[in-house]
Amino acid sequence: MILISCPWCGDRDQTEFAYGGDATVQRPAPDDADPTRWFDYVHTRDNPRGSHRELWFHAFGCRQWVEVTRDTATHAVAGAVLAGLRVGEGETP
Amino acid sequence: MRFSFLSLLRNAFSAHRDWPEQWRSPEPKPAYDVVIVGGGGHGLAAAYFLAAEFGIRNVAVVERGWIGGGNSGRNTTIVRSNYLLEDSEALYDHSLKIWENLSQTLNYNVMFSPRGILMLAHGHHDVQSFTRHLHANRLAGIDSEWLSPEEARAFCPGLNISKDIRYPIGGATLQRRGGVARHDAVVWGFARAASALGVDILQNCEVTGIRRGPDGAVTGLDTTRGAIATRKIGVSAAGHTSVVLEMAGLGRLPLESTPLQALVSEPLKPLISCVVMSNTIHAYISQSDKGDLVIGAGTDQYVSYSQTGGLQITAHTLDAICELFPHLRRVRMMRNWGGIVDNTVDRSPILGPTPVPGLFVNCGWGTGGFKATPGAGHLLAATIARGEAHPIAAPFGLDRFARGRLIDEAAAAAVAH
Repeated sequence: MILISCPWCGDRDQTEFAYGGDATVQRPAPDDADPTRWFDYVHTRDNPRGSHRELWFHAFGCRQWVEVTRDTATHAVAGAVLAGLRVGEGETP
Repeated sequence: MRFSFLSLLRNAFSAHRDWPEQWRSPEPKPAYDVVIVGGGGHGLAAAYFLAAEFGIRNVAVVERGWIGGGNSGRNTTIVRSNYLLEDSEALYDHSLKIWENLSQTLNYNVMFSPRGILMLAHGHHDVQSFTRHLHANRLAGIDSEWLSPEEARAFCPGLNISKDIRYPIGGATLQRRGGVARHDAVVWGFARAASALGVDILQNCEVTGIRRGPDGAVTGLDTTRGAIATRKIGVSAAGHTSVVLEMAGLGRLPLESTPLQALVSEPLKPLISCVVMSNTIHAYISQSDKGDLVIGAGTDQYVSYSQTGGLQITAHTLDAICELFPHLRRVRMMRNWGGIVDNTVDRSPILGPTPVPGLFVNCGWGTGGFKATPGAGHLLAATIARGEAHPIAAPFGLDRFARGRLIDEAAAAAVAH
């Protein structure tokens, strides 16, 4: 099981969270008519063995979306920030 | 060497110490006509059919660890073909038909046991959708019959059909041709038969790179046991497909790898005579010939290559098992483990050519690949031999996602399959 350090609540068990998928996926603009970009957005993923930026929703906690950087081979969590902020960059939205 | 009653008898007198190696362990040759990446059941089956049916015998199977050490050795060995959609029905029944004579074909006992697949419907909506499923199967010529709760319990004694449980059983479908097989024997049987036809099985041989020529076509691969030249590569690497295909420049695929767990109990006397599956409360269970209960759990949601999953996933499955079979509550679990499965969004596989000339792929089987072992191997071999998708595999191409032609077994099969 994974221990996720929620930026608001501290270290919490993974079972408090719902997984939200790859955080690097960018939704195309609503008026973007290029099917390739929509295909990429909907279907294709890097699916890396190694570091992965992903979204988790703290459903049984602060109910915030957090962006977690986790190693998919070891499950080690490198850090978590409020979703929308790049991990480690520390900018405010 | 063929197995026969006489050879078994002769070796019985020498306490089975004198059996020869069942497949060769050669050094890699500098070049092959076809290289299959991944020495699981699927990859070895593809190599076998290339040699046996398509006359391509200068073939290597490269395997990072030992053959059958990945998902082939980590699944719950369920074989069935009662899928909802026509394309899937053709695909899985193609496989099931090969299963039925596989032991004879390979001269190796894969212990295929068509003991019946009982799929439980819980509540009114399940009964409706299962009825639709059943008629879809009937129209496709796939055997499937409806059992009332009482009939289901008669077929599988001990099943709790009480109205008082959280999700009462409203009936079940039964595919009598479905069942289980011995996972290791399938791998070893294909390896032995392929090796006898000249296929080189290269274990401890990890692919580190895929070489492409100026025209983009594959020219060979780099491995931990040296470079191998080849014009055709078939990738059958299950959960690691994304990692292998990235070496050929196909970085982003419609795949995500997740852990899938299973567990076995202590050995018990014969207790469960068929395979019982419940998609709704997520449990599947059968009993191995050794007597242990083989239980399949679900996938974790997150991307992982670690072959371990969360304990809450197995606990959830055991909750369901204990509700269906209350007399199993005090049975102890002996081992649990995880495998890495590559999931597509529609829970149907990807089988066919790729945009890279000479590179073919068989992946995306998600949680249901074991049943397809001989069929997928056969179709991958046919696709490699012809250079284009076999008609049964054609709907399962990598391009179906961009075209929007999904084969949505995700909705049909829920999770377990």
